[in-house]
Amino acid sequence: MTQMTMGKALNEGLRAAMQADDKVVVLGEDIGALGGVFRITEGLQDQFGPQRVVDTPLAESGIVGTAIGLAMRGYRPVCEIQFDGFVYPGFDQIVSQLAKMRARSGGRLAMPVVIRIPCGGGIGAVEHHSESNEAYFAHTAGLRVVSCATPEDAFHMIQQAVLSDDPVVFFEPKRRYWDKGDVADTPSLDLHSARVVRAGADVTLVAHGPSVKVAEQAASFAASDGVDVQVVDLRSVSPLDTTTLHACARSTGRVVVVHEASTFLGIGAEVAASVTEHCFRDLQAPVLRVGAYDLPYPPSKAEDDFLPGVDRVLDALERSLSY
Amino acid sequence: MTALRSVPVASPERSVQALLPRAAAIPTQYLSPDGNLTEQGRGAPIDDALMTTMFRDMYLGRRLDQQALNLQRQGELGLWLMSLGQEASQVGSIRALRDTDYVFPSYREHVAGLCRGLTPTQLLSQWRGVVHAGWDWEATRFHFYSLVLGSQTLHATGYAIGLKHDGVDDVVLTYVGDGATSQGDVNEALNWAAVNDAPIVFFCQNNNWAISTPNRAQYRGALHRRATGFGLRSYIVDGNDALAVHDVTQAAVSHARNGGGPVFIEADTYRMAGHSTSDDPRRYREDAETEVWKARDPITRLELYLRASGVDDDYFSEVRAEGDDLAESVRKACLQLEEPVLTDLFSKVYAEQHPVMDLQHAEHLRFLSTLEAAQ
Repeated sequence: MTQMTMGKALNEGLRAAMQADDKVVVLGEDIGALGGVFRITEGLQDQFGPQRVVDTPLAESGIVGTAIGLAMRGYRPVCEIQFDGFVYPGFDQIVSQLAKMRARSGGRLAMPVVIRIPCGGGIGAVEHHSESNEAYFAHTAGLRVVSCATPEDAFHMIQQAVLSDDPVVFFEPKRRYWDKGDVADTPSLDLHSARVVRAGADVTLVAHGPSVKVAEQAASFAASDGVDVQVVDLRSVSPLDTTTLHACARSTGRVVVVHEASTFLGIGAEVAASVTEHCFRDLQAPVLRVGAYDLPYPPSKAEDDFLPGVDRVLDALERSLSY
Repeated sequence: MTALRSVPVASPERSVQALLPRAAAIPTQYLSPDGNLTEQGRGAPIDDALMTTMFRDMYLGRRLDQQALNLQRQGELGLWLMSLGQEASQVGSIRALRDTDYVFPSYREHVAGLCRGLTPTQLLSQWRGVVHAGWDWEATRFHFYSLVLGSQTLHATGYAIGLKHDGVDDVVLTYVGDGATSQGDVNEALNWAAVNDAPIVFFCQNNNWAISTPNRAQYRGALHRRATGFGLRSYIVDGNDALAVHDVTQAAVSHARNGGGPVFIEADTYRMAGHSTSDDPRRYREDAETEVWKARDPITRLELYLRASGVDDDYFSEVRAEGDDLAESVRKACLQLEEPVLTDLFSKVYAEQHPVMDLQHAEHLRFLSTLEAAQ
């Protein structure tokens, strides 16, 4: 058990993956000597050389497209997209090429490619640097989409993603990069299992990525008012661990889901639909969603009101309980 | 190889003249449209066996094209994209590769595919709607088609970088059309290949038309000039002259194989048919233009040359008979292609177990069972 920040955990996780398999290569903009804009790849180029830690030209489609070619040649590329809002130039290569390659090949071609995307807001960034775009990718067959919320998960999930023979879009909540936490030597869950991070009997609060901490804070406040909130970290948004999700929903009968992405057709919509479809008779209240408003990400001075914070979550918990 | 017109990377000229738009170079041509060796061609190495092989390749490719068109017109194929007129570009280039060199085609490279040992039926299967990838790309070293224009050039570049890392001296050749050169991916691939000194040849079949858009509306700087701007060695060749295409491609491949970096070849050719079976070219271009190119037909040109070199009627009758057999067998095999079953597809999307696939597969089977029960 070691204490480290999420950024360091990702760095160590990538290092371990590269040590374990020399076919693992890391590609991205400014990831070599600089170590990436968030320093997630710091020291990797020194250790593994410029052939395995590649500073690419500034073109996201090129990063993903050439990673696909490398995967066809037997490599396991890990691509870094510098910021969430910069992934769109690579969108075709992700959703039409990477995601569909195995199905197009009749189930023969494996695409062990990881696409790391620092995501979410809350750091006072300029426009296009604070987006939560996981739903676009979760909507595409052929991709796996996960998000870590703690240093421990960051360390293990990135290694599990690299080991996957399927493409994994890996969302890293950038405002949690500097949060410290314990990291165990061995993983306690597989890549696609949800985790109950707080037991509770009155209402289930579902979150992933940066919102897990918000959910935990809201649960603590609620506890001081005598409300026992169960918090579930989805960890994987595609596929969803519906076994855990449904069991939790049944145990409390009330579900609130929170995420930073826009509410309309966000992951919360799928959570609500799935819970309603499978746990209808056990529900005491409709599933409520707390997401970002369906606005383009606002100038950063307004982001605190835009992002679903503790108070909006508490408000939703109250509405659920009083239904 | 000094006879080839290579367009070297521009030297840093400082005159105002150097800033003016530069005209295209004259395509390398060994055989004139009437089948005679040009001055350049007289200096070129000529392998008689290769010439007859290439004639046969082109002829059989054209017979496949014609039969596939018939099948589409009769409703047996959903779509077909003809290679008509581009046979020399495809055959000349693919025959310049080693069997182990890896090819990333676009979607019109049927004639090249035949040369790589793909069966006509495999080539038709995608257009009949039974599969997306109809052949064994590992065995043939001929990847399945890419229909999102230019996307394959990045895969090809990544693959070539992998070859270089592995210390293997195979090269990659990727086919791309003039229309696709407007895509960002193609420009990213040219740049990427250059900065990585990747062992790759970009073979551009410039057939003058992107569906209904003529290339004057597609780009203004000559494509082979654009490639030099990216730092690639670049050639322009008469794409209807199999002999010249072969020799130029051989030079390009040898450059890439020997660590010289990526190469771009612009083959000046013409799409004699529509873009696909879904468009009528008379709606957007003049017959007179097509007539000009008909006189430059790649197969007629090589046949005239071969006959003048003493190849007799027996050879041509033999090839023709082979073409008749091909056309007949393609029709039969096409109609017998096994159709896909949806229940088989759930297991082919992910390499590892996936609960949504399992659930929806089960749901589909349940639904099917209700249909059976109702009967």
